[in-house]
Formats: sequence, structure tokens, C-alpha cells
Amino acid sequence: MTESVKTLAALRRHIASLDGIPAAQTCARVATGHAPLDQALDGGLARGRVHEFFATAEEEGAAAGLALILARLAAGEAPLLWLRTAAAGRVGGMPYGPGLAALGIDPERLLIGMMADDAMLLRAAVDGLRCPALGALVVELRGRAPLLDLTASRRLALAAEESGVTPLLVRLGGDPVPSAADTRWRVAAAPSLPLPGNGPGMSVFDLHLLRRRAGRDGLHWRLAWDNGRGVFEEMGGGRDERHDLGQQHSGRHDRPAPLPGAVVPLPADRPAADRAA
Amino acid sequence: MRLATLDADALALGLTPGMTLADARAREPDLRVFDADSHADQDWLERLCDGSARYTPLAALDSPFGLMLDISGCAHLWGGEEALAREAADRLERHGMRVRHALAGTAEGAHALCRFPVGAAADEDAALRRLPVEALRLEEEESAVALRRAGLRTVGDLAARPAAVLAARFGEEAVDALHALLGLGRRPLAPRRPRPAIRIERRFAEPMGSTAFALKTLTDMAAEAGERLGERGQGGRRFEVVFFRSDGLAFPLRVETSLPVRDAPAIMRLVQERIEALSDPLDPGFGFDMLRLTVPQAEPMAPTQLALEGGEARREESVAALVDRLSIRAGRARIQRLHPGDSHIPEQAQLALPAVESRPPLNWPQRQEPGDPPMRPLHLFDPPQPIEVVAQVPDGPPHRFRWRRASHEVTRYEGPERIAPEWWTAKDGTLESESAGLTRDYYRVEDARGRRYWIFRNGLYGTEAVHPGWYIHGLFA
Repeated sequence: MTESVKTLAALRRHIASLDGIPAAQTCARVATGHAPLDQALDGGLARGRVHEFFATAEEEGAAAGLALILARLAAGEAPLLWLRTAAAGRVGGMPYGPGLAALGIDPERLLIGMMADDAMLLRAAVDGLRCPALGALVVELRGRAPLLDLTASRRLALAAEESGVTPLLVRLGGDPVPSAADTRWRVAAAPSLPLPGNGPGMSVFDLHLLRRRAGRDGLHWRLAWDNGRGVFEEMGGGRDERHDLGQQHSGRHDRPAPLPGAVVPLPADRPAADRAA
Repeated sequence: MRLATLDADALALGLTPGMTLADARAREPDLRVFDADSHADQDWLERLCDGSARYTPLAALDSPFGLMLDISGCAHLWGGEEALAREAADRLERHGMRVRHALAGTAEGAHALCRFPVGAAADEDAALRRLPVEALRLEEEESAVALRRAGLRTVGDLAARPAAVLAARFGEEAVDALHALLGLGRRPLAPRRPRPAIRIERRFAEPMGSTAFALKTLTDMAAEAGERLGERGQGGRRFEVVFFRSDGLAFPLRVETSLPVRDAPAIMRLVQERIEALSDPLDPGFGFDMLRLTVPQAEPMAPTQLALEGGEARREESVAALVDRLSIRAGRARIQRLHPGDSHIPEQAQLALPAVESRPPLNWPQRQEPGDPPMRPLHLFDPPQPIEVVAQVPDGPPHRFRWRRASHEVTRYEGPERIAPEWWTAKDGTLESESAGLTRDYYRVEDARGRRYWIFRNGLYGTEAVHPGWYIHGLFA
């Protein structure tokens, strides 16, 4: 057993030297603030590596939102570039500044690229990744996106490694295909922790780690984004879903149920105030 | 300390420029005195002169206190000479200035008539002849005194004498001034003009069949443009290149930058990108016989030292370079930045402007408390998309809705947040007006699977609409 582990490690090193990639452990990581997730990823998402987020077409709000939040965490004070196609703007709506600001993503440090088609989008993505002044890059692709094959994703990965810009690929309605991604996730929206008066609360995301290069996969977490503190909060998860698929939603019951509305003082400027009375 | 200049009220009190301040104070104790600042005066006059470009392209300074506008061929646009003069005077008086104006056939005539009022006269020539000899603006102070001693008090007296006699007695200068005033000689106006855009042309002795060579020449031209921009302390925001072909065709190219640039390699990189992005490749045909590079838009740009190490400035520059490159390749409107719009109507609360032309630091107002869930969606549909909703009549919250052929069960909601139309923009200015739109009741809703939407009821039940429609306006993260 130990022998095969050693052989494997030696082979991995060899392949890494052929690829010209420095060993994966050395690269900087972006902490999400969610302790179990950061722990499972050895400290967070790797900087300068490709991360893919798959979601169904209906989950575009959650997928784009999560990718943008992670991009903001990775970029720090540097500007972000969000590349989409013009068709995405027609189908999925336009990026909305007040909403971005409410999530904690400054619209003044966000550049939006509305590209004519996927080919132009991928070319612009490589250009963006070659610019080290950029903090992170969000690439939104719809459908199967046949242009993003192994070669194209390898090109993105090489450009990202050189500059240290983190590309986050949002794949709406696509299926995972072989790619040079460091991590691959499936994202969905999850029921939020309700506000008093049963209003929708903080954005909650369901995250499945489908694949991770040189690491454990098949994990599942439920994250709530706290825009005030700028970190993800725990909503449960961190289990291997192959063992406890049935208990996925138990995390929701960790917190006490909200009190009946009449007892809870609600700020008068919130729309739910009249309903609680 | 002496008085440099006085306003009309002070002159009416009998004070004169050149008086000592102590004397003036003795005569008029509550005199308001300011330090003379001739540079600021000049600056102000220059700004007024530039502002007069609205009336005529030929506006000149008439120092120290005057502006000279050549309104030949412009007056009819303002409804005649008098109307133009009145408009200009009114505009300046609104800024708190006292304005006197005069119209005459020559610049000297207008200058003199404005400063030496002569009262009503039959025509311009008669008015000019009534002017005192001081109006001639003779260089030497004694000339005017000498003229008066000789019994020549007005311009008319002077004009009646033979020119040779005047020249012999008072110098040629006096005759010149007289002729300029009466319109017999010409003294050209020196108008203030905006600096012409930089324009560099190269003509080839033989048509140049190779695009590579043309680009090499263009590099030299860009370097020259960069030098000239550097002399002016400017950087170009827009560069236009025209390739003239020997058979008469011309290929214009245009590149824009988001920050001022005068670095030739940077300009050439953008031109190269533009050429690569052409749908028709640049075809030399029988050869190019001329190249022209113009910089129609330039902005102040401080001279920069070569960077010794990377820093904040380098980063901004590099992102600007990326924006330029992407904008040129994909089209200038495709790379955008969001700017806040001053409106509470959701779709008008932001403006997506091309990143090339807009400047980044625009602070977005933070409208909500940190820690609250987002009240505004991440994606906005414009126009909103109609949905079918099951809700209580008249103004109950939504229970279930159908969007894109999928049914969504509402498990959580918050609302309504009522957003009224902008009735003040309506033509008749009433709340019931049709043109301003309807009142919208917005709900943040979450469906059973946790997806969050922003939906609204368009119109108040009964008063604004019989069956108010429901729309989905945005998606939350």
C-alpha cells in the first residue's frame, strides 16, 4: 500500500514536471471564511487556477452570485471582469448595480464584457487572464459551450497560472466534460434562513464539490453569505454525501425557529413590518 | 498704494485711477478696496472670450476690459446685430458684470465708440467723427495733448486736414490710427482660437504596396504625435488613421483609449488590434500613397517618470490597457461599467456606459444596512417579464407563479415594497396620469427550492388597473 502511494506521488511529480506546473501545494489560496470548506480545500480556493461552477439554467442567479462573491474575495481591492455574451443579457437579465452593491460587490470595481459570441468571449477571457492587474475573472457560459474544450480550458489555465488571476467559469445548463479545472462544483440555491415574518433571508447556496485535482471530492456544503462581514457562514454540510444523502437538509434546523411576528420588533423601513403586526 | 481701477459708481463720485488710497479713503471713507490681480483679470477675460465662441468663431481679447467679437455673417443667427448684442450683454449681466457695447464697421471704431459715448448720431461715420482725439489710442501721451493745443478736438477735425500735414506734425502713427478708425486702413483682429488637433501626414513618392511598411511609417508618425503631445502636456484619447490608396479609396481606422496615451508602442498595439478585428482586411491594392494620423481628442497628461517598480499607478494603467484592447476588438459598447442613476424606478437606477469613455471612481450609494439580505436583485430584466400569479385579490401576496413554463410555489416572501411612478415627469403632472406608468408593489419571494425572485404587481387593483398584471423583474443570488 505504502509502496503504491509512493509510486503515485512520484508519478504525479513527474507529470507535473512534464506539464510545467509547479506543485499544487505551493500556490496561494483564497479563504472563504467557511471553516469546513476551507479545511477540506487546504485553506480555500487556489489562486490563479481555473474553477468551474456548474448549474442548471434556472439557477443562474445563485451560480453567478456565488461566482461573483468568490471572485470578489479572490480579487481583494483589484478590479473584476465579468464576461458574458449578449444573448445571456437577453435571457438572464442585465447585471444590476444596486443588487451587486447589496451583495458586497462594488459596482465601481467591476467591468462587464458583453461579448457577441462564445469564441470572442473565450478570447477576451485569455486576454483578461494575461493582465495581472485584474483581480479575478468571471466567465459566464451558457449551454454545452462546445468551444470550451480541453485545449481551450488548458489555455485559460496556463494564462491564469502565469498572471495569478483567478478565473471562475460559470457553466449554466452545461455538463461537466474533461477540462483543466482545479476544482469543479455544482451550485444551486438553497432555502434561506427566514427573517422574522418569514421573509427570505441571506443568500444560501448548495455547493457540491464534483472534482478536485489531487484532492478529495464528492463533498457537500451549504453556505450562507454574510454581506455585512464579508464571509460565508455555516449552514451545515461538510459531509460526504455518498454516505448520508438522506440528511442533506438537516443543517436548516440548527438554528431556533423565528418567534411569531408580533413579538419581534421589526425596523419600520422593512417591507415585512406591516405583516408582522 | 494707488488705485488701479474703479467701477462706475466710484468714478461717478469723482475718484480717478492713479489716486493714492489714502486720498480716496479721505474723500470716501466706506470705500471697498480689493488687491489688484492682473493675472486673475486676464484669466477671467480669457474665459469670457472662450465663452463668446457661441456667438462667433472670431472672438478676440481687447485688454484690459474688453472683448472684441467679429460678428460678420453671424448676426442673422441671433436675429440681427442688436439682438445679438443684447443677448450677449444680458448673459454677462446675469453673472454680475456691467456691460457696455458698441457696434461698428471696424474693430477700432467699436472700441472707441464703446469707451467714448458720443450720444445719438445720424450714422456711424458721423458718430466716429464726433469722437474726441483720445479715442485714437495714440502711443504717446503728449500726442493727444498736442492735438488739442492745435485746436483739433475731435476725430472729425483731424479727418478734415490733409494726411500729409498731420503726418509731418504728429507722426505717421496718428494718420494710421485715424485711417483705422474711419475704416480706410485695415488692422486685422487676432482672435483666440482653440489649439488645432495634431495632424501628421506622410506622402510617399511611390505607392506603397506593403501594409507592413505602411505600419512601420505609422509607428514613426505615432512617435512624432507622441512627442508633440508631450510638448503640449497632453495625451491622446482618440487617434484616427487614414490609409489613402492610390486608386482613390481611403481606409479610416479609429482607436480610443480610456486613459490619455502618448506612448507610440501603446498606440501601435491598439492600431494593430483594430486592423486584426477588421472584417475586411486592409488591402493595399495598387499601394498606399498617403497616411494621415490625427489626434482629435486629447486630454491633459502629466509627464511621467519611468516606473522603477510596480505600484498602484501601474495597475490602473494596465487595466486601462486591457479595457482599450478589448473595446477595440469587440466594439466600444461591449465593455461596460455600471454608473448609478438618480432614480428610484429600478430599471433607471443604473446606467451601463462604455468603459472606454467613463471614469471608474463613481461611488455607489450604499442603500441598505450591512447584514441585511439584498433588497435588490443581481440580475434585472429590462423589460420585466410577464408571469401568471395566484394571489389574493385585491392586494394579497403571491402564492404561486408560473414563469417560463415552470411553476414556482412561494414559500417565503417579503413585501410589498411600493414604488410609485414618477408622476412629476408626467405631462399633466398628476398621479393618475397614464404617461408616468403605474404604481408597482414589489415582493421578494423564495420558492420551495430556494430560488429567490423579485416580482411585482403592476397597478393598484381597482383604481389603476382592472386586472393588474404581474411581472418578474429580477433574480437574486
